[in-house]
Amino acid sequence: MSAFAAAKRLFLPEILRGLALTFFTMFKRKVTINYPYEKGPLSPRFRGEHALRRYPNGEERCIACKLCEAICPAQAITIEAEPRADGSRRTTLYDIDMTKCIYCGLCQEACPVDAIVEGPNFEFATETHRELLFTKERLLANGDRWEAEIAANLAADARYK
Amino acid sequence: MIIPTFLTSLLGPFLGPLAWMVLKIIAIILPLLGAIAYLTYAERKVMAAMQRRRGPNAIGPFGLLQPIADGLKLLGKETIIPTGANKLLFIFAPLLTFTLALAAWAVVPFEQGVVLADINVGVLYLFAISSLSVYGIILAGWASNSKYAFLGGMRAAAQMISYEVSIGLIIVTVLLKAGSLNLSHIVEAQRQGWFAFGLLFPMFILFFISGLAETNRNPFDLPEGESELVGGFNTEYSSMTFALFFLGEYANMILISAMTSILFLGGWLPPVAWLSFIPGFIWFFAKIALCLFVFLWVRATLPRYRYDQLMRIGWKVFLPLSLLWVVVTAGYLVASGTLPHTGG
Repeated sequence: MSAFAAAKRLFLPEILRGLALTFFTMFKRKVTINYPYEKGPLSPRFRGEHALRRYPNGEERCIACKLCEAICPAQAITIEAEPRADGSRRTTLYDIDMTKCIYCGLCQEACPVDAIVEGPNFEFATETHRELLFTKERLLANGDRWEAEIAANLAADARYK
Repeated sequence: MIIPTFLTSLLGPFLGPLAWMVLKIIAIILPLLGAIAYLTYAERKVMAAMQRRRGPNAIGPFGLLQPIADGLKLLGKETIIPTGANKLLFIFAPLLTFTLALAAWAVVPFEQGVVLADINVGVLYLFAISSLSVYGIILAGWASNSKYAFLGGMRAAAQMISYEVSIGLIIVTVLLKAGSLNLSHIVEAQRQGWFAFGLLFPMFILFFISGLAETNRNPFDLPEGESELVGGFNTEYSSMTFALFFLGEYANMILISAMTSILFLGGWLPPVAWLSFIPGFIWFFAKIALCLFVFLWVRATLPRYRYDQLMRIGWKVFLPLSLLWVVVTAGYLVASGTLPHTGG
């Protein structure tokens, strides 16, 4: 072993350099965000919790074509439909098993009327499995709650479609 | 002193001094437990800063109540005793570790004359106590009746004993220079200059690194290497038995920092004379805090050593170096005629 190599092993220069690095890193800007209070940016294409949208006049968009049910690779969507009193075809049952859903977004791609969409909400954890079996009422309520954000996202992404 | 006289008149000649002693012990133990709790907080904050994270900040202002929340969580958990375990030793091992970590503080001088037991073999007492703590770990490893715990215990025993040899020799160099085994006298001997700077500087570094190994801290935390041994010797422990190991480890860190401060960094002495208006115990705590920071700093920086590397450094580098330095120090002190002569 040369004298240089021996000195290098004895005086631990690499370790001192490592220590210097961590020491000065201590004063650098933090890269993590303060999550529940601060949130990271989301793409307009973010695929979060599902929602069923309505037209501005309050009529639900879904026409029960069942394309989403057909395309769903996880078979998470269940739809039953029959004509309503005014003759229009509407769903009587629209369930999504959120524990089966893989958030692929194919349902919103398949939808001809932009009724089923995946909104920007990803904070819908629950304590039981049962609470994640979403019904039509829950999905429509989601749509009412998130309409502003969903509409903005759809508008932002429209020119790429 | 008013309080001991009052206690003696109140409780009689036997119980009075006893009560005074208990009060003094509580006055040491309670702040120590607080320091241990907040050392875990400091560790998480320092490591977070070095990794550009935020660390605990949700419970209380700046997350300051986090250690309390952690303690309460551990208290609320169930103590699980494995079926194959030796129940008596399984419970006894964490108690032993924790008790020993606290017992060592009896001889630590916080300031001139402020020490629970000012005994003349303080260094030997500290050395003995820190050697005994290996029993807690090896008993835990054996009593758990689990292969991970057993391997962790074996590693801990081998590692701590290896490094104790060189710690012993390092302490000999300090004793040669100080001429006393009494910790207060060792601090006083550093009035002319701390031992860390000068002839004993290499021993200061070796002592600190050996201290890392002695307390099973990074980069020598093989006994609890979670990547290969699950949790090492405390794999099977939960709830308060686990908490006692955890607290014991941090208490040992504080103890090694205190030993480093006393043996090499001049204990309660200020770095320069004109700063002596600041009370000695504040200097002592500041030095302990500095050493502890280095403990955390090293943990955030270095990866774990391989086991054979650890053993090689212990036996083939530290031991010869410290042995050589005993000879060098003794030779220098005799040749320069500065070998201290003790009164006894």
